[in-house]
Amino acid sequence: MNARRSDAWRRYRRNRAALVALGVLGLMAAACFVTLGWSAPRMRQQDLPAARQPPSRAYPFGADELGRSLLWRTLYGGSISLSLGLLVAVIAVGFGTAYGLMAGYRGGRCDAVMMRIVDVLYALPYMLLVMLFTVSVGAWLEQWRPGGSQAEQRLLIGTEWSRFIVLALAIGGVSWLTVARVVRGQVLSLREQPFIEAARALGIPTGRILVRHILPNLVGQIAVFGTLTVPQAILQESFLSFLGVGVQPPQATWGSLAADGIRLLNPIQFDWWLVVFPCVALAVTLLSLNFVGDGLRDAFETRSAAS
Amino acid sequence: MHCSRAVTQGIIRGMLRFVLRRLLTFPLVLLLMYGGAVLLVTATPGEGLEGEKELSPEVLAAKRKLYNYDQPWVVRYFWTWPKRLVWDQDLPAHQYEDWTVVEIMRAALPVSLQLGVLALALAIMLGLAVGVLSAVRRGHWLEHLSVGFCLIGISLPTFVTGSVLLMVVAIWLRAVPVGGWGRPAQAILPALTLALPYAAYIARLTRAALLDVYAEDYIRTARAKGLSEARVLFDHALRNALLPVLSYLGPAAAAIFTGSFVVEKVFTVPGMGTHVVESINNRDQSLILATVMVYGVFLASFNLIVDVLYGVVDPRIRVGARAT
Repeated sequence: MNARRSDAWRRYRRNRAALVALGVLGLMAAACFVTLGWSAPRMRQQDLPAARQPPSRAYPFGADELGRSLLWRTLYGGSISLSLGLLVAVIAVGFGTAYGLMAGYRGGRCDAVMMRIVDVLYALPYMLLVMLFTVSVGAWLEQWRPGGSQAEQRLLIGTEWSRFIVLALAIGGVSWLTVARVVRGQVLSLREQPFIEAARALGIPTGRILVRHILPNLVGQIAVFGTLTVPQAILQESFLSFLGVGVQPPQATWGSLAADGIRLLNPIQFDWWLVVFPCVALAVTLLSLNFVGDGLRDAFETRSAAS
Repeated sequence: MHCSRAVTQGIIRGMLRFVLRRLLTFPLVLLLMYGGAVLLVTATPGEGLEGEKELSPEVLAAKRKLYNYDQPWVVRYFWTWPKRLVWDQDLPAHQYEDWTVVEIMRAALPVSLQLGVLALALAIMLGLAVGVLSAVRRGHWLEHLSVGFCLIGISLPTFVTGSVLLMVVAIWLRAVPVGGWGRPAQAILPALTLALPYAAYIARLTRAALLDVYAEDYIRTARAKGLSEARVLFDHALRNALLPVLSYLGPAAAAIFTGSFVVEKVFTVPGMGTHVVESINNRDQSLILATVMVYGVFLASFNLIVDVLYGVVDPRIRVGARAT
């Protein structure tokens, strides 16, 4: 098993584009997360005289319409975007894998019913449902908020994060379908292989067979899908931000910063830096993630072709 | 001769069974979607009746009665909503609106559909062209150009590419109108923006599939027979390379049609987008339900068509469907 995985790593290393992408991604993530201690307070600091200032020594990325430094906002937004993407990937991969394992291993009628459900969910208009879900949960939370200044204060901070979690749940809730389908397909073929039959004959309980014998064979596929889910989620969030149902200000993501910049963009006052910096960070990260995902796929695929 | 007819009949019967099974899941999808949407909408606090001002209980009660919100959920589920969504000609969609739900949908849906169809066609044509070019002309500058095109397509949100296009083409170059809908020139930029990410993905799919197919033995055979490169490509390679593209069309169409909200907002296209966003923000129950259902019916039918098409192109799908 270990040898196999290091094989994959060796193949991955040979792919230069994927290796560079991994490096860029690591740098970007490190820059965003390491500076979080500085960026979190500074991204909210307003300096109205400096509003819409172009890039300068004091504001390397320029300032937004409230005079907040775009450098800190971009770094902070990156950490939120990346965590959101990661959380969505974990939700999608976790649920999708469990669902696919169950459907594929049980087989028969159970499998048929479970996969019909996936078919049905595939036909839903996601964007709409994610928006509806986000707004609905937001409304519930608002209504549920108790009185009292202390508690209210805490919950106000809480609602920022609750929107983040709701977004992750909503986007994750529509991204698990593909994972479930792929995992189920793999399990269907693995199930018939001699080593699983041997495990069953030895009387190993089903849960243990799934976790110890089937799951390790799916690691490659799961890693690929997990990696490719992250950019999708970040993009989805940027669309929601643009439509006004993304993260709640003063929180920010690359998507919401870009959306804010686009909103302020007009031919008379052309504040290019408000769009360019968040977009470059976003594009570089999304590209790297896609390259890493493709690299992982190539690295793991040789195995499935050989077996 | 006789034997082949029996085989054909068997294939046709398998095909019919496959289509029938697909058709049976269709109402199920719609029912589930309707139930889920109603559940989400009614469970959300706020019925879209409250305005800026505080309403007296009597007025609120009268409004709720007018919109049938005072009825038990069974009545609302089976009578109120279906009526509002399908044939109600009297009651406006909400209190600040003169139009009924049906009228709004009738005005907005064709616009969004036109935009979606245009974008889908553009995505397929662009994607196939770029994919084939980059697979056939390896190492050529065209390959680099198409790779760059794909990178932009997958890495920038459509509202950014759209706004940049708007800025450059419409405002600086004054080549097309800035926004609106109705003239062909106004459709170019929105359709292009909407198509870009999907064109990029289709190009990647086509390129990968073509490169795979070119490594196959039958392509070598075709070349050995002395066929021209064009005939090898169009008669042998492309036909097989198209399968993954075809199976991507269903999800792509779904994403294009529901993703058009963003593009509509950038280019102020009077389609479903504004209604979707506004109705959700205002908790405007009947319009939310209408938009969800309109898109649901549309997507479900599209998936059905794609599945059937796929079954026609690839016989293995039908056999697999029969075996399970």
